[in-house]
Amino acid sequence: MQELSQKHLLGIKDLTADDIHLIFETADSFKEVINRPIKKVPSLRDITIANVFFENSTRTKLSFELAEKRLSADIINFSSSNSSVKKGETLLDTVNNILAMKVDMVVMRHASPGAPHFLSKHIDANIVNAGDGTHEHPTQALLDTFSIREKLGDVQGKKVLIVGDILHSRVALSNIFALQKLGAEVKVCGPKTLLPKYIETLGVQVELDLKKALNWCDVANVLRIQLERQQIKYFPSLREYSLFYGVNKALLDGLDKEIVVMHPGPINRGVELNSDVADSDHAIILDQVENGVAIRMAVLYLLAGKGAG
Amino acid sequence: MQKRLILGPQLLDLTINRLCQQLIENHGDFSDSVILGLQPKGIYLAENIQKRLESYVGQSVPLGYIDPTFHRDDFRRRDVPVTPNATKVPFLVEDKKVVLIDDVLFTGRTVRAAMDAMIAFGRPRKVELLTLINRKYSRDIPVEPNYIGKNVNTIENQRILVELVEQGFKKNTIWLINKEEN
Repeated sequence: MQELSQKHLLGIKDLTADDIHLIFETADSFKEVINRPIKKVPSLRDITIANVFFENSTRTKLSFELAEKRLSADIINFSSSNSSVKKGETLLDTVNNILAMKVDMVVMRHASPGAPHFLSKHIDANIVNAGDGTHEHPTQALLDTFSIREKLGDVQGKKVLIVGDILHSRVALSNIFALQKLGAEVKVCGPKTLLPKYIETLGVQVELDLKKALNWCDVANVLRIQLERQQIKYFPSLREYSLFYGVNKALLDGLDKEIVVMHPGPINRGVELNSDVADSDHAIILDQVENGVAIRMAVLYLLAGKGAG
Repeated sequence: MQKRLILGPQLLDLTINRLCQQLIENHGDFSDSVILGLQPKGIYLAENIQKRLESYVGQSVPLGYIDPTFHRDDFRRRDVPVTPNATKVPFLVEDKKVVLIDDVLFTGRTVRAAMDAMIAFGRPRKVELLTLINRKYSRDIPVEPNYIGKNVNTIENQRILVELVEQGFKKNTIWLINKEEN
């Protein structure tokens, strides 16, 4: 019998490889559960979870909500757009007010990097980071690596390419940590303006030529251009970006081998990924979404087992 | 740690054979019945019984694995959560006669959780319980087996150890172990 080394899931950086394997093994069981005729288990029936979203989200929020419901937890949803945050309430006050209603776990998305870490120092409930600014998005990295493991059998020794807007991407950072902890090789590819200056210090390789990079990899994780986080122009036009860094079928057909294409969603079709790839057999984008529910169930289950305090 | 043999290979073989005969008395050729092994240890006994039944009745006997972990009532009351195992039920139990199989029946809580888990695969016509070892006088909830390999009187700091060939042991044996006093 194993347990997680952490009480919260703040980032992949804090997890050990054993933690990740434990989450994967638990998610295997939950994946079987969500494919049953009755997709619900009563494990968390005595737990209340608050989904606190200070930033927009469709997929992650739905996925967490579904995972919580499949585990029979009671849930409350909060989004900042229609709350007292608008009236000037601080993060800590907001969350303490929610916790005063006897909530056991908090799933939080926030635009500020480190917001969940700050919270974890002040409250007792288990915290799951559902994305903090440009910092980490741990459950996304877990479901990405879980999907690679499912498709290719193992993550160890695989070559994974992350393409696109690395600078603004919390998915990229969490993925790099997760892939390296599981023994994969990681390369990033994108226009120089969208690569962080000291990215090599994380132990990843940089390749500016997309075709060369694709020829190297087993898996390409294509990231979205995060226009909402870009205050200045990082490249001349979307059309130019798409010409140099967009992944399309012609490009994949020209490779020496078949590769797996992933995307965390939402896709800007025709920008970073063409429809002829997104809807093809190369892409495992919808598998990622399905695995997301199983992974989140596993994380919530394992953290709930740790208990608060 | 004291270890006492409860059933050796020969006696155990006879016992499992007897259980199979009893099952056939009630379930005939198993065309209307299924067997479900309880994870983690009951599945080995279930596999063993399936093989014997198939050779007796001359046709395949549906076998599934059911994992009670997510349905346990002691989650968060233990220090460490129980690691889940695979549930593999490749059929619906709707309107079937189900035989749940576990190696040792102790408090009955695992069986309760397993029945809860089983409901996800339909509403069985009838549910029965088969256990190799029945630890008497130790039940927390009213669960009693329909088929019993052997009744054993035990006290709380004793443990039953079942070793089957299916689990990778050289021969089938069952031991009674006295846990060390701390």
